[in-house]
Amino acid sequence: MPLTGFLGMQYNFQWSVLWTGGHGEWLIQGIVTTLRLSALAWILASLLGILAGALRTVPFRPLRAVATCYVEFFRNVPLLVWFFFWYFGAPQMLPRAAQDWLNAHGPEFWSAVVGLSVYHGARMSEVIRAGIQSIPKTLLEASVATGLSVGQAYRLIIIPVALRLIIPPATNESLNLLKNSSLALTIGVAELTFMTRQIETYTAKAFEALTAGTLIYLALCLGISATMAQVERYFRIPGLIVRVGRAEH
Amino acid sequence: MSFEWSVIANNWKFLIVQGLLGFGAFGGGTLRLAIPAIVLGFILGVIIGLCRLAHRPWIHYPAVVYVEFFRGVPLVMVIFWFWFLIPQITGQRLPEYTVALTAFVVFEAAYLGEIVRAGIQSVPRGQAEAATAGGLSYGQTMVHVVLPQAIRNMIPSLVTQFIVLFKDTSLASIIGMMDLTKAAQTVSQREIRPFEMYLFIAVVYWIFTYSMSRFSQWLEVKMSPERASI
Repeated sequence: MPLTGFLGMQYNFQWSVLWTGGHGEWLIQGIVTTLRLSALAWILASLLGILAGALRTVPFRPLRAVATCYVEFFRNVPLLVWFFFWYFGAPQMLPRAAQDWLNAHGPEFWSAVVGLSVYHGARMSEVIRAGIQSIPKTLLEASVATGLSVGQAYRLIIIPVALRLIIPPATNESLNLLKNSSLALTIGVAELTFMTRQIETYTAKAFEALTAGTLIYLALCLGISATMAQVERYFRIPGLIVRVGRAEH
Repeated sequence: MSFEWSVIANNWKFLIVQGLLGFGAFGGGTLRLAIPAIVLGFILGVIIGLCRLAHRPWIHYPAVVYVEFFRGVPLVMVIFWFWFLIPQITGQRLPEYTVALTAFVVFEAAYLGEIVRAGIQSVPRGQAEAATAGGLSYGQTMVHVVLPQAIRNMIPSLVTQFIVLFKDTSLASIIGMMDLTKAAQTVSQREIRPFEMYLFIAVVYWIFTYSMSRFSQWLEVKMSPERASI
């Protein structure tokens, strides 16, 4: 490949490093790990988020307080700090047998799953709470008036409606989870960013490696948001114009 | 399992003065990074937001691409890009602090730009039309009529984004900048007390972000009309 000047600096492009020497397999493994980590964490975060988000709106103060403490503490501390906490700090608090199990099954990956789920569960709950709160109070009152208990009204009426309303901000938050899974490289999970760095270290071709990683993340994010736009169209509630606030990244 | 909380008392000066404030031999510092990043990121965000609203396609589309690109890529990736590109462009290695600051400003401006755009779009069109009809130029209309109202509308989302930026500064530790997270890592490796150390800095981060979040909630209540909801 010819030399290319870059504002006076010489940089030798060599795109073939991305598919020769087994580096292509590294990238594929990185994508698989990123998706596996994100998918597992997404399921757990959604369950935690629905639970905590719903609890924060129920008319029973102690439950609201528990959910509020969880959400406000976990979402306001950097994810990186949580990763270090769950990976380096928390396992020593576990019983011996649990520690042995963890060490045999890859403590990095499972710490990352826990860290991502607990952090994003707290953030997801805010999206769900906003969804529930955008539903007029009269819907809950009407449900209870027809003879449902508050629990039934939430399970059968409020949460199904809220879930359909929050698809755009929940998609946004899910993409944040996917992007944040990249922080797992700091505790040694061999996900996509980790593999990108590894290719860079082995070949000293930073430009090519970073381009590959960046394009893969972009493709994943754009693909998911396009799919979710279709899903939203499919699940849109006819005649209802409620916009739930867009979550931050 | 026993706790050794004295590890915090023995190292608080290094953690707070060096890690959080950034005074000491290592430079860096969470607050010394977060505050300029917020100010500069906001300025760039206003520019991006205005460009995105522009009618001329050669101003509008680059802003759209900028925003969509940075919103689709993890911040760690952007930091690694600047870590690699800055020495390539300038021909010398710059301190981690400069690299981190540049990456944060460029990255966060994409998110802040979207907030600015939404804020400007929340100002009724008639306001800008009336200002133009009154003889103000585009620049005067923006500075004296639209932006003051828009900024009022976007304060809650802006504060939320500033909280995110504050938390994101912890990523500067990945390229070795001495911030609160890196300081805790250093102490934790020396004293082998990760549980106490990371819980302690979690609380320190929390005090800052939670105060900012309460402030934003207070502003939101103060600025929005009452609404009957669950």
